[in-house]
Amino acid sequence: MRLSSWGPSNTIAKTPETHPLTWRLRDDGQPVWLAEYESKNGYAGLRKALGELAPADIVGLVKDSGLKGRGGAGFPTGVKWGLMPPSDGVTPRYLLCNADEMEPNTWKDRLLMEQMPHLLIEGMIISARALAATTGYIFLRGEYVDAARNLNRALDEARAAGLLGSNILGSGFDFELYVHTGAGRYICGEETALINSLEGRRANPRSKPPFPAAVGVWGKPTCVNNVETLSNVPAIVANGIQWYHGLARPGSEDHGTKMMGFSGKVKNPGVWELPFGVTARELFEDYAGGMRDGYTLKAWQPGGAGTGFLLPEHLEAQMYAGGIGKVGTRMGTGLAMAVDNSISMVSLLRNMEEFFARESCGWCTPCRDGLPWSVKILRALERGEGQSGDVETLLGLVGFLGPGKTFCAHAPGAVEPLGSAIKYFRDEFDAGVAVQPAQAATA
Amino acid sequence: MTTQTQSAQLIATSRFQLSPQERADIEHAISHYPDARAASIDALKIVQANHGWVPDGAIPEIAGVLGIPASDVEGVATFYSQIFRVPVGRHIVRLCDSMVCYINGHEDVLAALRAKLGIGYGETTTDSRFTLLPVCCLGNCDKGSTLMIDDDTYGGLTPEQVVELLEKYA
Ligand SMILES: Cc1cc2nc3c(=O)[nH]c(=O)nc-3n(C[C@H](O)[C@H](O)[C@H](O)COP(=O)(O)O)c2cc1C
Ligand code: SF4
Ligand code: FES
Repeated sequence: MRLSSWGPSNTIAKTPETHPLTWRLRDDGQPVWLAEYESKNGYAGLRKALGELAPADIVGLVKDSGLKGRGGAGFPTGVKWGLMPPSDGVTPRYLLCNADEMEPNTWKDRLLMEQMPHLLIEGMIISARALAATTGYIFLRGEYVDAARNLNRALDEARAAGLLGSNILGSGFDFELYVHTGAGRYICGEETALINSLEGRRANPRSKPPFPAAVGVWGKPTCVNNVETLSNVPAIVANGIQWYHGLARPGSEDHGTKMMGFSGKVKNPGVWELPFGVTARELFEDYAGGMRDGYTLKAWQPGGAGTGFLLPEHLEAQMYAGGIGKVGTRMGTGLAMAVDNSISMVSLLRNMEEFFARESCGWCTPCRDGLPWSVKILRALERGEGQSGDVETLLGLVGFLGPGKTFCAHAPGAVEPLGSAIKYFRDEFDAGVAVQPAQAATA
Repeated sequence: MTTQTQSAQLIATSRFQLSPQERADIEHAISHYPDARAASIDALKIVQANHGWVPDGAIPEIAGVLGIPASDVEGVATFYSQIFRVPVGRHIVRLCDSMVCYINGHEDVLAALRAKLGIGYGETTTDSRFTLLPVCCLGNCDKGSTLMIDDDTYGGLTPEQVVELLEKYA
């Protein structure tokens, strides 16, 4: 089957009030081009932003909306925007869209870019206006060839309609936007590595501070936001804070909707736009349909490879940062994965740590050397040839590669699933330790 | 590699020249950025699109157009996984080896491809038809084990169907 990003978000019931990101999606999964986008109220947010709002008002709206980054770290977007120096200072200033989506089990930005390219473009123009940025780049992973084609066509449409370029809609505001395609390597998604990569360098992260807001791409003030984050901006501007604050479920401290999903051997894997605060159980049972016949749920991960594993009993958790935080891990990208009873945790972690080891940029020692070491141990445990002390060594690595110990968040993301897998499934790891001859004799 | 092909390659290397079209495409890419260096990945991709890989002689040529040291271009060329510094097959098979595809049967598809092609990850068939590479999550985690052949993405295929699919790529 040739693939497209068509899925359940195309066919479930949606309204402009409840599904600001996806209500315009077509049933057939074809991209929503400019004419259709405008007929569905598209670029209304931009017209309002340019006609009625000062840049500071837009920053204020986004701050008050409580919008948080959708790239995995959940940093408040308005706060990040507020870190940009005053616009009468240094120019030029840049807005970068992080469209490097390579996190295993993260498949939301692809859908938004392929089917709804104008929503991202509108979000970027409004955001650029707020930040006084005059140039933007969409840093897109190289393998997303359909997204590249659709974004470029949408950019041409927007330019031809006077929505992009100089003097946008007669407002005097100029903004140029380009698609920059990458050439592989997961680490490009880390925002300072992304900046190095965009400059045409090796994608090693930069030390912070200085933060990109002060010294970013080509040394200029720069803001990096995720595709889904920027796609939230048009509706916030068009519909206002009160509406936005009414979206999430009671109990959620996060506002708005989130692209959430469930994958693995569930009946109906998919990604849906849902209000923050739905329980993981609703997502798993009502949307994803529970496990396929013959399989049971053994563990699940709430939001991408870098988040910790949880047990079926944790499905009561509400999907928002604090809700998932309460059960001991992070919301991450909000796309969950089911691990079924046929999967060995040791083998799964071996696969995951192979990914993290391969994708380490090699800049700092704990990550460059620690991750291949974990792979070596996991491979031995998988073959039943582990040595006594191996599981303790893995736990040691979980500590040495944890938050704050390495140059960027890649290594902490690599060990979070490992630590949680050992915590909940220690017996599977212990079972990989070979029985020593001496022990065998006395057994 | 025999000494004969090695010297043949050296001659080819010393003769490498960017075509006028390649130069024009690189210049166009440079126009999107305030600093020419930013076009280094674009430039490598432009050469690779024409030659299948980036021959040694292309590195100083690209460096010349960008006005940066050749060692910097080489540093970039060897960092990124989708830039090839050795000849590859006519078709690139990129199999997603990330965790959801692992759960959905990646190992079986890999085994079928290995058996059919006689190569593993990072290798090229002797007839130079296919190169097999692993790739990070392709964003099709709802659609079973996933792969790309050149620019085409496929998913939800049994190992047998994946092997059949190869026939479409001569
Ligand atoms: C190893 C690594 C990979 C990352 N990959 C991505 C990515 O592909 N897309 C993304 O939006 N953010 C990614 N991030 C997070 C970014 O560093 C950054 O937090 C994000 O782009 C900020 O945008 P937001 O505030 O809108 O979420 C990654 C972080 C790390 C440490
Ligand atoms: S933690 Fe890993 S990916 Fe991050 S800078 Fe260090 S080596 Fe590179
Ligand atoms: S894990 Fe293979 S497509 Fe996502």
